[in-house]
Amino acid sequence: MTTATQTLDARGLNCPLPILRTKKALNTLQAGETLQIHASDPGSVKDMQAFCQQTGNELVASGGVDGEFSFLIRKA
Amino acid sequence: MTAAAQTAPATLDKSVFEQWFDERFEQKMAEREANHTPSMTIIATKGTLDMAYPPFILASTAAALGWDVAVFFTFYGLELLKKKLDLKVSPLGNPAMPMKMPLGPEWLRQSSLPIPNLIMAGIPGFESAATRMMQMTMQQKGIASIEELRELSLEADVKLVACQMTVDLFGYKKEDFIPEVSDWIGAASFLPIAQKADVSLFV
Repeated sequence: MTTATQTLDARGLNCPLPILRTKKALNTLQAGETLQIHASDPGSVKDMQAFCQQTGNELVASGGVDGEFSFLIRKA
Repeated sequence: MTAAAQTAPATLDKSVFEQWFDERFEQKMAEREANHTPSMTIIATKGTLDMAYPPFILASTAAALGWDVAVFFTFYGLELLKKKLDLKVSPLGNPAMPMKMPLGPEWLRQSSLPIPNLIMAGIPGFESAATRMMQMTMQQKGIASIEELRELSLEADVKLVACQMTVDLFGYKKEDFIPEVSDWIGAASFLPIAQKADVSLFV
């Protein structure tokens, strides 16, 4: 996997903060750049999916178990 | 896209025309949907710590999704727009609210303290203690504070509008409220905004 342009640590944060921080971080990126997110909120798995679907950004990778989730998003 | 969608048929054969129209209609509707920015309006009427969350969570999240959002604060909801927030919550008269211990061993934190109404009502400072416990529990679970969610909503261009009538009713002073309040309006000004919104919620 290529390294992400930027990394966001959203561990310990609960809904809706991981999404809000992700959106904020994406604002600083150029189209095509990637953001790696680490989160502990189990709800973030479905929320990231929904977020990307709505905003048109690409969810390149999503995974994790037991409170350690990570996502890779490519900005549209 | 088929050739039929691009040009209208020269002679109006009914079935050909209908097929052309259907395809063109689908295409136009898809275009319209793709260009449409979703919008939401929320009416916030409650001023307790627990009920402050739904409007700000939904507003900030919708804004993150790229929606246009306006929140109309009326009656006790106006408390949520004060410069200095002093929101409280109590299980008194709020029977579904669990009283969680924010301190102590895990088994104690997992349990909920059953406290009879009569005792809650009788102990001075019970509401403050319950509020403090709720705040501590929220902090431990990584739940944002209302101040933080309000700040994030404003950063994301959520419009916060206040009910003028409530200000007159309760004798509030405008300088008690955050300067970011975008308008002081009444029902007649809010309804046309809500009419155009895809989602409208009353909290």
